[in-house]
Amino acid sequence: MGTSEIDTPTGSGPPIRVVLAKLGLDGHDRGLKVVARMLRDAGMEVVYLGLRQTTGTIVTAVEQEDADVVGISMHNAGHLTLGPMIVRALVDADLEVPVVIGGVVPDVDLPELAAAGVAAVLGPGAPVDEVVATVRAAARGNGGR
Amino acid sequence: MTDETQACRTLSGIPVDPVYGDGPLPGEFPYTRGVHPDMYRSRLWTMRMFAGFGTAEDTNTRFRELLRSGGTGLSTAFDMPTLMGRDSDHAWALGEVGRAGVAIDTVDDMEDLFADIDLGGVSTSMTINGPAAILLAMYVLVAEHGGVVRSRLSGTLQNDILKEYQAQKEYLFPPRPSVRLVTDVIRFTTAEMPRWNPVSVSGYHIREAGSTAAQELAFTLANGFAYVEAAAAAGLDVDSFAPRLSFFFNSHVDFFEEIGKFRAARRIWARWMRDRYGARDERSLKLRFHTQTAGVSLTAQQPEINIARVALQALAGVLGGTQSLHTDSHDEALALPSEDAARIALRTQQIIAHETGVTNVADPLGGSSYVEWMTDEMERRAEDVFAHLEDLGDGSILEGVYAGIDSGWFMGEIAESAYRFEREVDTGDRIVVGVNAFTEGDRAGGADLLRIGQDTEDLQRKRLAEVKQARDDAAVRTALDRVVTDAADPTVNLMPALIGAVDNRVTGGEIVEALEGVFGTYTETAVV
Repeated sequence: MGTSEIDTPTGSGPPIRVVLAKLGLDGHDRGLKVVARMLRDAGMEVVYLGLRQTTGTIVTAVEQEDADVVGISMHNAGHLTLGPMIVRALVDADLEVPVVIGGVVPDVDLPELAAAGVAAVLGPGAPVDEVVATVRAAARGNGGR
Repeated sequence: MTDETQACRTLSGIPVDPVYGDGPLPGEFPYTRGVHPDMYRSRLWTMRMFAGFGTAEDTNTRFRELLRSGGTGLSTAFDMPTLMGRDSDHAWALGEVGRAGVAIDTVDDMEDLFADIDLGGVSTSMTINGPAAILLAMYVLVAEHGGVVRSRLSGTLQNDILKEYQAQKEYLFPPRPSVRLVTDVIRFTTAEMPRWNPVSVSGYHIREAGSTAAQELAFTLANGFAYVEAAAAAGLDVDSFAPRLSFFFNSHVDFFEEIGKFRAARRIWARWMRDRYGARDERSLKLRFHTQTAGVSLTAQQPEINIARVALQALAGVLGGTQSLHTDSHDEALALPSEDAARIALRTQQIIAHETGVTNVADPLGGSSYVEWMTDEMERRAEDVFAHLEDLGDGSILEGVYAGIDSGWFMGEIAESAYRFEREVDTGDRIVVGVNAFTEGDRAGGADLLRIGQDTEDLQRKRLAEVKQARDDAAVRTALDRVVTDAADPTVNLMPALIGAVDNRVTGGEIVEALEGVFGTYTETAVV
């Protein structure tokens, strides 16, 4: 993930479309807002759903916006319950869209989230090139499936 | 008690005065240098460690451990469903029960939370906003069931709803009826709980959401002025309640900027309360505040080095004259604090209080050219914001704050500052040790973290079901009807109806849903 990737839009294809949301009651939205601007600056199209979304509202948005990636922000230690839940909801709706989780997720939980089908996890302090590269990689993984 | 002669000499035996420099001295208007003449010589700050997780019994155990370790006040962290006025069995609560704080559904949970703790002898802070009035009603009942009358209760309810729309986002109802709830609590505690702080006007969350120090200062004091205007409009004399308004600030990593912020806060409040709001009681002019070190400054990388960050931030709070302090635990970028980490954080305060000698002299940095300049600069920047809000509100800060919330102005300002900071870290213009520099030794954390499992959620749901099963349904309906009737009449104080409801085992979530029927709900327009 070289820094050159930041400034280069994804080839000649259409820009990556990302749905960003807070799932559940957690109101910590500082990180998600910063990520929204990072991804926009990197040439992606961001659909920012914001606070208090449910699996239902997220699935609907992914469907309507034809999203390539879903980014969910979690800071309240509910990721082991809510992470697999949103993956399952997307699968149930026949949407093969990768889920990236950002926020406070201890490393010990990463295998369980990966096993549940979460494409990637971005921790606190992840730099912009890691954020952009992770979302790009997730989007590519989606395209290849 | 500390030995008087020892307390007034340096480690090498040099005697020192309680204060140095010319007036106005600490304890004198405008209180830039502190609210008490000898500050920590006469009374140390309260070491108030924020705690809450799992069930009420889990948190009760941690509370008693903190008191045994020398903590001098309690501070309650509620879980997300409780903060958002939802019961543990609500669909919204899935995955969040007891995870980031303690779950409180009914007065029975509150009984368990404070079991075997003398509520007449300890002061309790409750970090709760949207449903603050409901949790206060539960606390009053628990104390009185235990034989402690409400007038003896000492503590603080955060109850600062305005910053929720601006930063933390834990609102339930639209701003105006929410502020009515705040003023109902102010009126209730002013009349019946003279030792209680009904509002803790909080900049902490504004800062955590990404604001600068000057924005934190300005938005917080503007919210404070807004509550003064709202309570005055509700017919209260300013000196009847203003002495009990308290504040809560963040202590971030830029040492002198923080100290300047704390000093400016006291001066601004004193001047505005006297000159603008006509306060005459000296206590109305004195801004007292709690400080918490900056959670957002903690790094998940090399978590142990957070101990040093916390110590420096805590020292800034003490040099800035705080009345109480929470020090963050070094593992908080990863999870809720483990018991060991919480103990180290408390010990950090004790080192500052008992070893460093900084408590010997009030406002030891007063007179420093840089600190005085920074204090003036903070005040100037805050006054610019007040002028903007007065403009928005046609001369009223309260109306200006409502307007700034409605238009997304506060959110936009905060998001802009947060983004600027992240860019600086990304480009390397700002160094964060362990994150973008000095990264050798970074390792995965997570071995000894406090984990709350799904079993807590299941247990809490079961407890709630049992309470609902055992209660008198007719009494529940009557109590809820009264809540609705009283809510519909803005001239009635809701507190008595709320106390009646929780006494009949009406749940927090049921009360909030009933109030939503009268007040409506609130959805923000996201500003990115």
